[in-house]
Amino acid sequence: MPSIPSYKMDQETKYELLHSMLFIRLVEEKIAEKYSENQMRCPVHLSIGQEAIASGVCAHLSPNDKLISAHRSHAHYLAAGGDLKAMLCELYGKIDGCAKGKGGSMHLIDLEAGLISAVPIVGSSIAIGTGVAWSNRIQKLDGIVAIFLGDGATEEGVFSESLDFAALHDLKVLFVCENNHYSVYTHISERQHSKRSICDIARAHGITSFSAEGNEVVEVYDLTKEALSFMNDNACPVLVEFSTFRWREHCGPNWDDDLGYRKDGELKNWMDKCSIKSLRDNLGISDTRYLNLVNELNEMILDAFKHAESSQFPNESELVSDVYA
Amino acid sequence: MSRIINFNEAILEATEEILTNHSNSIIVGLGVPDPKGIFGTTLGLTEKYGSNRVYDMPTAENAMTGIAIGAAINGLRPIMTHQRVEFSLLGIEQLINQAAKWHYMTGGKSRVPLVIRLIVGRGWGQGPQHSQFLEPIFAHVPGLKVLCPSSAYEAKGLLWSAFNDDNPVIFFEHRWLHSTKSIVPETPYSLPIGKCNIVEEGTDFTLVSYSYGLTECRKIAKILKSFDIHPEIVDIRSLRPIDHQTIIESVKKTGRLLCIDNGWSHMNIAAEIISNVVTETFKSLKSPPQRIGIADVPIPSTRSLANLVYPSLKDIAHKIETIMERKIFPDQFSFPENQDVPDQSFTGPF
Ligand SMILES: Cc1ncc(C[n+]2csc(CCOP(=O)(O)OP(=O)(O)O)c2C)c(N)n1
Ligand SMILES: [Mg+2]
Repeated sequence: MPSIPSYKMDQETKYELLHSMLFIRLVEEKIAEKYSENQMRCPVHLSIGQEAIASGVCAHLSPNDKLISAHRSHAHYLAAGGDLKAMLCELYGKIDGCAKGKGGSMHLIDLEAGLISAVPIVGSSIAIGTGVAWSNRIQKLDGIVAIFLGDGATEEGVFSESLDFAALHDLKVLFVCENNHYSVYTHISERQHSKRSICDIARAHGITSFSAEGNEVVEVYDLTKEALSFMNDNACPVLVEFSTFRWREHCGPNWDDDLGYRKDGELKNWMDKCSIKSLRDNLGISDTRYLNLVNELNEMILDAFKHAESSQFPNESELVSDVYA
Repeated sequence: MSRIINFNEAILEATEEILTNHSNSIIVGLGVPDPKGIFGTTLGLTEKYGSNRVYDMPTAENAMTGIAIGAAINGLRPIMTHQRVEFSLLGIEQLINQAAKWHYMTGGKSRVPLVIRLIVGRGWGQGPQHSQFLEPIFAHVPGLKVLCPSSAYEAKGLLWSAFNDDNPVIFFEHRWLHSTKSIVPETPYSLPIGKCNIVEEGTDFTLVSYSYGLTECRKIAKILKSFDIHPEIVDIRSLRPIDHQTIIESVKKTGRLLCIDNGWSHMNIAAEIISNVVTETFKSLKSPPQRIGIADVPIPSTRSLANLVYPSLKDIAHKIETIMERKIFPDQFSFPENQDVPDQSFTGPF
């Protein structure tokens, strides 16, 4: 296995990563806050706590690269540079939504940002993303495909089947597993044998894999850089696994630690490892500068919410449009 | 003794009785033991019956469906649950190629006593992959049985029947029925599979539906009473085997038929009903039978469009005027409009 070099990251990159993570966090918190107004009427799976992976990976994606996500896709959408207004309009069910309101939070898309789609049936996106990489290869197109998937998704047969095909055809796929240790309310130990390793599964399929702490954005960034250069040098797929933790409920805006499905202190432990806080400390940003950044981002976010709230619902003719191409 | 309970409580009660009375029964499904207990239908089962009877599972619907089939042919009687119909599609090969054919292709030597509970979503922006009914796919296949309870009473009785049956049974639960109430006996009972239920007798026309569609039937029947029109409401209840006879008898009496379908109109259950009615009662029909289903599009997330997908009471009323061949409702009559929630207490997210 290749060793992981420790990149000396410049301050500017760190600042960009902080900006990206904070932006995602503030958007998600605002969604959580405003969800109770009952105007965003669709299931939402928030990424709060897991921002470092989206930001650290997407920082490396160039215009030819693509990504695909699943049900928990807001962070990927935003980190890839997806249009915030179009995302919020989608959550509000408005015509200016990225899918004209037809998809909702679980079906985000922004082709300009490279986001092929978000697919909420667990595992299905893995094969589709692999197919996009296959067609890249056949058509000799540049670019890689990053497939974001959860620990739960690795339980579906389509995960192994896609790994095999990606390896067999040397496809430039970056499988990004966000292991947050839970699938809904069920801990990974109740779903997977303790000796089962997601990285080993990839290796057994002939795919080089790396893992790192997913709440350290610098680690995520460095590891992804290493993974991508390995991919480009060897023309092959790579899997990266990052451990992380979802702070709020699986689906919806609320905290739900009171339900008792997670070990006492587990949430607090992970909140102490907040990627935003640790990078902020590392950068040594003053309180004033940080607050200025928060205010500046919040202003933009509020503006996008206002836009979504005042936008129109799709009119009746949209019901039957788009069924066929 | 009977009392009024919710649909989801009726499912839970039947499941508890099954676990108590049949030591070879097991429960399996994603989230079965979790704090929400599949919308309250499996709450407390793990605590009461133990983790060797009540199982969570990996997100691996394809293998798990096959595993449940294997367990069933080898002496267990599993009840498997999916929180949405769509999740079961990953296991459809196991269901259609394996479970449905098993008894036949083994020359009757082996059987698959398996219940698959599928929950149908609706509203709150569930969107294209979380609110499909898809019942005709399953009802199409010989070897499967397909049940669609419309009330708490039906839910408990039919779950027991499904469990007692030696075949794979698909058991559809509409999410909007979970919070509906009806009178349910406290003791175990089963209801016949393949037998319609006449919910309300009537003379003016026959109104046929199943599952959540019955809720709409009851609402429109109530409105029709004030116009002195009395439909005979028939709950199909079992889509396979299906009891055409009861429907045919009813149409022979009324001469008119409207089917309210829960799915798309193209190739749906109502088409099957109407085809049989026309073949068998052509001479007693006073007007062409009609059907109404959901719009022929994927189900959109936004409520502005989703509310148009499902037939509204006004749409149903128009169809009734068509089969009755006269105007019934005054132009200014105001029908309640479709909502994206079953009642105001529902605030998502699932
Ligand atoms: C095939 C399928 N089965 C079940 C579900 C219900 N479901 C939605 S999200 C989810 C959790 C998946 O866990 P994981 O992949 O670890 O993602 P996380 O939610 O932790 O981000 C489940 C089981 C689904 N959407 N699709
Ligand atoms: Mg997970």
